[in-house]
Amino acid sequence: MASKKFDLKDEVVVIIGSGAGGGTLGNELAQKGIDVVILEAGKRHEMNDFQNDEWPMFSQISWLDKRTTSGSWRVAKDFPGLPSWIVKAVGGSTVHWAGASLRFQEHEFKTETVYGTVAGANLLDWPITLKDLEPYYALAEDKMGTTGTNGIPRLPGNNNYKVLAAGAKKVGYKQFHTGNMSINSQPRDGRASCQQIGFCFQGCKSGAKWSTLYAEIPKGEKTGHLEVRPDAQALKIEHDSSGKVTGVLYGDSNGNRYLQKARVVCVAGNSIESPRLLLNSASTMFPNGLANSSGQVGRNYMRHMTASVYAIFENPVHMFRGTTMAGIVQDESRHDPSRGFVGGYEMETLSLGVPFMAAFLEPGGGRVAPGWGRDFASAMDAYDNMAGMWLVGEDMPQATNGVTLHKTEKDQFGLPVPNVNFSDHKNDVAMRNHGFKQAKALYESIGAKRVIFTPPYPSTHNLGTNRMSEKAKDGVVNKHGQTHDIKNLFVSDGSQFTTGAAENPTLTIVALAIRQAEYIANAMSRKEL
Amino acid sequence: MSSPKQPKRRQFFKIASAGTVATASGGLSMMLMPEAALAAEVLGAGALKTLTKMARDIFPHDRFEDTLYINAVSGYGEQAKADEKLKKLLLDGVAKLDAEANKKFKKPYAEVEKEADRVSILKGMDKAESEFFAKMRGDLVVSLYNQPAVWAKLGYEGPSADKGGYINRGFNDQTWMDRA
Repeated sequence: MASKKFDLKDEVVVIIGSGAGGGTLGNELAQKGIDVVILEAGKRHEMNDFQNDEWPMFSQISWLDKRTTSGSWRVAKDFPGLPSWIVKAVGGSTVHWAGASLRFQEHEFKTETVYGTVAGANLLDWPITLKDLEPYYALAEDKMGTTGTNGIPRLPGNNNYKVLAAGAKKVGYKQFHTGNMSINSQPRDGRASCQQIGFCFQGCKSGAKWSTLYAEIPKGEKTGHLEVRPDAQALKIEHDSSGKVTGVLYGDSNGNRYLQKARVVCVAGNSIESPRLLLNSASTMFPNGLANSSGQVGRNYMRHMTASVYAIFENPVHMFRGTTMAGIVQDESRHDPSRGFVGGYEMETLSLGVPFMAAFLEPGGGRVAPGWGRDFASAMDAYDNMAGMWLVGEDMPQATNGVTLHKTEKDQFGLPVPNVNFSDHKNDVAMRNHGFKQAKALYESIGAKRVIFTPPYPSTHNLGTNRMSEKAKDGVVNKHGQTHDIKNLFVSDGSQFTTGAAENPTLTIVALAIRQAEYIANAMSRKEL
Repeated sequence: MSSPKQPKRRQFFKIASAGTVATASGGLSMMLMPEAALAAEVLGAGALKTLTKMARDIFPHDRFEDTLYINAVSGYGEQAKADEKLKKLLLDGVAKLDAEANKKFKKPYAEVEKEADRVSILKGMDKAESEFFAKMRGDLVVSLYNQPAVWAKLGYEGPSADKGGYINRGFNDQTWMDRA
């Protein structure tokens, strides 16, 4: 693919990261004729490089750079060096995402107002409303080919979904279906329809699932205005004496360093790397890091209330056949404090192959709640009769949950590694326990013989560490993702989320990126940037 | 997952000339497997036998043949050859297992007949946060369950893209839940 190559001295829009936020923003800007360089820390693996094999793909695409953890969350004990499970490759985590594309609910944009004071939670209303975002949600759904929107039929349900739906019906739930998935149920946008391959987490081999890797980036490259530079890890954002950002220092795996000049810089490295980069870019002028006059950079880290529930039946399920996230129950996603917590959660089918199931069912390497012996092995023996779901709900932003620079540990570039500190809020715990109870009831209503509660995996949804706020003192960016402090510095990923909502975040990241592209293009044409 | 290394895909039942090592390993089926032969050479046939027994006790699947467990621990041969610390951890661990077994049951670990008796020793190690036990359990999660032969036993059909996915191969073939 011969795309445009820009010179290091060209003053382009530099986007850091090529995932849902960065990859979408890059294409959107390129379509408007704006020159963009995307710096991507990982390599470029195309569809042919994907394997239907969990561990090899994990090794190939995961972000495995050194990180540390702290706090009372179980991930810090089970997976101390792996706080998050995200992708380091062109396409970012849209390579391994499941495809669930849900709009946030109206109240989820104004949690401080609706939920009121929640002790220990740092709640804040978003500076935008659902109404503001609706047109961009519509554009995002059209772009991504989301099923259940734009007249696109929903996907057929696999066995795992059929179990979920039968249980949901039995316990009286009303809102369940095969989801709003950005996976083609029929050929669309030059991409094939879903073959029910499974292995959605390992990169979609048919291209039915939307990913910036093949659905956005090549379109942008075709315009001649977009260059994606893989193996380019952003190390520091440079600025001039007026406080405007001027370029990005990056390094490659051979130890070379380059400085790409920039007219505008957009940070989209996911919620651990994005604040880390701002903090690592501290200077005499900005001693606490870039865009950090509020002290909020790295704070309010959210990772969704999560957990999984696996149920064993007398009869086969073969949950691995077909899409990983094959359906959803939405009845519990409402805000209803009578359940003992604020906010809500979604119940979404999930399946893991045998390799990952063994690692995640009862993790801990023998230290926490070790899964071993007949108890564990008998569950694995029933793998083919197992159904599974993931619980994903709104977690509370807390000021001390967040990303900080490690005092002594350094990465391969000699920069401080990020430490991810997290402890569940008691609202998160109450919600998880409610979810466990409901999921158990659902599966037992149709005859589950054994129900297993699996603790959270390393975080796939990383949110909030550069949050959006009306006032500069409350957050890092304004309603366009533009930093309050530096007008040509933007945040374009899930770290700008003010609060997390119950829904999977990708659709909202994409909608915000489309909206931000419009804002940046307009500001550039008015010479404001 | 904390050290996400992909173990080498095992070579199943590949006949190799194991030579004197095969003789040393005492007639076990592991003599047929080059990785097992190397492990027997590096760790000693007795230690390999004990680790294999321990592997089955940690993840006991009665329908798994011994070769699957031998396979799961044989990767230690190549690793321990290059890593004295690991070799010591494993051999000290085996010695500890045998010492406990001799003390409680007057036999080395692998000779103790009842699974429950052997498991009682492992439980003691787990409770004491033994590094050896944690290492074995953590590694086995990958080295045992990442074998395609294990997948087949557990009804996991694995890669499907090269077969056209599951769209025509039973992704929605179950109906029992409609009657549940």
